[in-house]
Amino acid sequence: MDNIRLLVDFGSTFTKAIAVDLTKVEVVAAARVPSTVETDITMGLEEALKIISAKTKISNLEKKEALACSSAAGGLRMVCCGFVPELTSKAANLAALGAGAKVVAGYSYKLTQQEVKEIEALAPDILLLAGGTDGGDEQVILHNARMLALTGRAVKNIIVAGNKTTHDEIKAIFRNKTKNIIYTRNVMPEIGTLDAAPCNREIRELFMKNIIRAKGIAKAKTIIKDVIMPTPSAVLEAAKLISGGWKNEGGFGELIVIDPGGATTDVHSIAQGNPVKSDIMMVGLPEPYEKRTVEGDLGLKYNLDRLLELAKEKETPPGFENIVKRFHEGKLPATEAEIACHRLLSRLMVEVALERHAGKIEIIYGPAGEKLMQHGKDLTGIKSVIGTGGPIIFSGNPRHILEGVLFHEENPFILKPKNPAFYLDEPYILFAVGLLSQVEPDKALKLARKYLKQI
Amino acid sequence: MKKPPTIITGTVGMDAHVIGTKVVSRALRDAGFKVVELGMQVTPEEFISVAQETRADAILMTSLYGMAELDLKGFNEKRQEAGLGDVLLYIGGNLVIGRYDPKEIEPRFKKLGFDRVYPPETDIQAVIETDLKSDLRARGRI
Repeated sequence: MDNIRLLVDFGSTFTKAIAVDLTKVEVVAAARVPSTVETDITMGLEEALKIISAKTKISNLEKKEALACSSAAGGLRMVCCGFVPELTSKAANLAALGAGAKVVAGYSYKLTQQEVKEIEALAPDILLLAGGTDGGDEQVILHNARMLALTGRAVKNIIVAGNKTTHDEIKAIFRNKTKNIIYTRNVMPEIGTLDAAPCNREIRELFMKNIIRAKGIAKAKTIIKDVIMPTPSAVLEAAKLISGGWKNEGGFGELIVIDPGGATTDVHSIAQGNPVKSDIMMVGLPEPYEKRTVEGDLGLKYNLDRLLELAKEKETPPGFENIVKRFHEGKLPATEAEIACHRLLSRLMVEVALERHAGKIEIIYGPAGEKLMQHGKDLTGIKSVIGTGGPIIFSGNPRHILEGVLFHEENPFILKPKNPAFYLDEPYILFAVGLLSQVEPDKALKLARKYLKQI
Repeated sequence: MKKPPTIITGTVGMDAHVIGTKVVSRALRDAGFKVVELGMQVTPEEFISVAQETRADAILMTSLYGMAELDLKGFNEKRQEAGLGDVLLYIGGNLVIGRYDPKEIEPRFKKLGFDRVYPPETDIQAVIETDLKSDLRARGRI
């Protein structure tokens, strides 16, 4: 039997495994067990495989072929340093997010000693150093390289993706330093151009080669084939495949995947987002076709205070604050009123996350009347919105939460989707689709079509 | 001047009023500068890339149609990123719509990175002889 493919997600809380029958393109077994990264990652994995084995026969060969992604041990934690906030700093941030990283801090201009101390305290898995267009500014990136050369072991991996004319000098700065420095193409080679793909590849490569080993995740390779990407990256790969299709099999077209969670809310949009009218001018750095944003302040478990603040502008049911207080103490929603509260907060997270992700229109009044300028992507024409993650799946009313993505007439300058179809990733299959897309894209697409339920 | 400084001229953004920049270019050339004349409707990005390519010492922009601020949105950030923080920047013309007090708008353009801001009907020769030459001298460019 070599038609079963195992796909694993090492999460921070749970290790999830899915067994897919590739002939029938069907999920034949699934398991969810507590993660054991802190002690020995293989324990949780063995446990999950045991559950799978009880439901379907899997051979050792099939285990050896299993692919995994991981967000365990804090995920892929990155710090980005650029020059101008709206330009290379933003480009570096977009590149890191697009590679599935968690950007724990971002810095602009010349780093100060205090900031370098902060970076050392954060001890990121990778530091992304950008700054200057090719042939542009050299001072800032060189200054920052000099500052970073003074850091200790807390800053080990540095990807240099700034002004290419500084590479030789940066090499000289890091000579005799025990740091792993990787040079790649500039994330912003010229003003207004974003080139994140080469940087993305280096980040993922480094993740596979070094980071998972440092975090003890690589030990899983004694049982399975490999941990090939961070979990958010797998979800983005799934979104890309589901949107674009594979060969003759068409996809869903331009789409959004939204994933509200305990600590953050992720939004992926696979869309061009050009202005819908020819008289609207695009301004700002162009955004990637495959764009991921992470809202670090929108989490149902760790950011309740922030959510409460946002909820102040909304109509809330009686006793709302008291119920949220109980969530604070770790209570999970059980009663009808508690579930309703959870739903309200989840919807709020979706609304705000999309508001930040979507493009905006700014009006400027000139001699020829008003002039419209668009920042970011116009998502009004998006056809599909896919929801994933516990807060949506277990809400009792997933559609209500997903409708938080919708455009509002009273706020017409935020370019949110107007009339999309909604899909629910009920069996939590997107990560598996993303992993499978790397080896069997046609099957991965069929799997997504089968299990994403329109609601 | 031993080695004549390089000055870039042009109308910025969507403005097509080309006479002003032609007069400015002519006066600069007569005064012995090397002039890179970009003509009309020059995007901020084009000013930046030409300045990098020519290692320009100064950029003299003109604008007559009152929308310069809009055309120059984000220009200062872009020129910093491009390593042009030390290139001298002048702008002159009808910089906002309607009648205005030049003193009032000067800070707005200074914020956009301009070293000097001129109202309409400025004497270009006086600008070259007093402001431009002393600014270039202060930066060691002449």
